[in-house]
Amino acid sequence: MAVPVTYYLILSAMLFAIGVTGVLIRRNAIVIFMCIELMLNAVNLLFVTMARYMGSGSGQVFVFFVMAVSAAEVAVGLAIIIALYRNRQTLDVGEVNLLKW
Amino acid sequence: MEQIFFFVFAAIALVAGVLLVAFRNPVYSALSLVAAFFALAGLFVLLNAYFLAAVQIIVYAGAIMVLFLFVIMLLNLGHAGALERVAGKYRRVAVVLLAAVLVAQLGFMAGRHWAGTPVSDEAPLFTDNVNAIGKLLYTRYLFPFEVVSLILLVALIGVMVMVKRDRGGGESRSR
Repeated sequence: MAVPVTYYLILSAMLFAIGVTGVLIRRNAIVIFMCIELMLNAVNLLFVTMARYMGSGSGQVFVFFVMAVSAAEVAVGLAIIIALYRNRQTLDVGEVNLLKW
Repeated sequence: MEQIFFFVFAAIALVAGVLLVAFRNPVYSALSLVAAFFALAGLFVLLNAYFLAAVQIIVYAGAIMVLFLFVIMLLNLGHAGALERVAGKYRRVAVVLLAAVLVAQLGFMAGRHWAGTPVSDEAPLFTDNVNAIGKLLYTRYLFPFEVVSLILLVALIGVMVMVKRDRGGGESRSR
């Protein structure tokens, strides 16, 4: 591999960190969701890198599963967001305090 | 060569990720996320995961992002006016550019087809990759594969139950 595997790992970690930062500092529920997608993609990159590095196809199959689960997660999450917006007219996660004590 | 591509795609992915967090307008965030997905697809190609690169573009940049944009626009979070100003300025340029890309791609494929040459020089590589993934998926990982189908079914039913509005007044709990 011409590009050292470390570069891919660093890139994956940076993308994951950006996603975490977004989840922590943004208030908009949809943007938080997109940041979660970015984190999932960072992990996918890690899986593919390791699959290449270890010379096994299992990593790629797991990326497949991650994609399917994240598709299901997005569908359910966006349905929750729509239901939330209908009831509260807001997507600010700071104002959604039904489960806060 | 591979290093150059790696750094280009990595830079696109990182910049798009930062912009995703930084933009105030959710529509811009969604579009920068699409850019990040494309860059990651490029990285997958560099890692010889051709099939996953294609799936990444079709599933993530296609299906999932359409869902995101659909919800953003449905809830009218994108401040339609601002988007219209930007789109109006560049609409003609964008249409011409995208049409040119489409015609070029179709012309390339049609030329290859009529000339009798295979559509891609890398066809064996690609089929090998699909072959390996398919074999693993249907032998060693058959059970997780079936579980995934169940997860998708449950998500489908759950979404419909959650978003459905009760039409006939009566004893509806959720408006």
